[in-house]
Amino acid sequence: MSPFLFWMFALQMLVFGAAVIINRNPVASALSLVVSFLGLAALFMSLDAYFIGIIQVLVYAGAIMVLFLFIIMLLDLRAEKLRRINWIASAGGIAVALALMVQIFSVIGKFPAARQPFPPLARPASDDVRHIGLLLFDNYNLPFQIIGIVILVATVGVIVLSRRETH
Amino acid sequence: MITLGDYLAVSGILFTIGFAGVMLRRNIIIILMALELMLNAANLSLVAFSRFHVGPAGTPNYNAQVFVFFIITVAAAEVAVGLAIVVALFRLRQTTHVEDITTLKF
Repeated sequence: MSPFLFWMFALQMLVFGAAVIINRNPVASALSLVVSFLGLAALFMSLDAYFIGIIQVLVYAGAIMVLFLFIIMLLDLRAEKLRRINWIASAGGIAVALALMVQIFSVIGKFPAARQPFPPLARPASDDVRHIGLLLFDNYNLPFQIIGIVILVATVGVIVLSRRETH
Repeated sequence: MITLGDYLAVSGILFTIGFAGVMLRRNIIIILMALELMLNAANLSLVAFSRFHVGPAGTPNYNAQVFVFFIITVAAAEVAVGLAIVVALFRLRQTTHVEDITTLKF
């Protein structure tokens, strides 16, 4: 992928990711998150991970964000009123986040492999669904079944949580 | 030329944005969205490492992509349960603001 496309999609992802936490209206935040995830899916495809990019669009930008929007509209949340801001807590939060970013960047700076370009592939990785499926049902069969149980437990838990108590 | 470090840096910035959102915002739904940003930052660095470790057959290391698949599945379950808790909480207290929910606060 050309550097121009990489930086364009990375910038799209970061700008709309920042918009998620800056917007005061929850619907605007959710829609910014969708655009941010679309940029992330493009970055996945630039790394020859087409299957992951597709399920990023289908599962995240499709299903999960529709769930978020549905809950926001169900609860009828408006743009929150500006409350008294606790400046000490906000400054502390920003300081901790900046310290984390400095740490991440210093680790990346000391990592020698981070300065190498990506090695070329033998051929375009268009058959990655087959490889991932083989691994999933062969090496990772037990985790795959456990994840199915997790989904089942989550489904039952959601029904129990959202049921109205009738006396 | 785009290097591995560029992807890791973008992933680190995205994680920081999500972390700042969890620390700064007071709306539970926005906090859940910021958690999703952090999970996706981890996914991006996993996929970048998967592309970086090209195996002897000239293919990316697909183990990391299977791991990303698991993370996306668990994130979907987490969002469903989290939003169900938010709905139950809203029914009880008519608020999604974390400063209004202080029963467990020490």
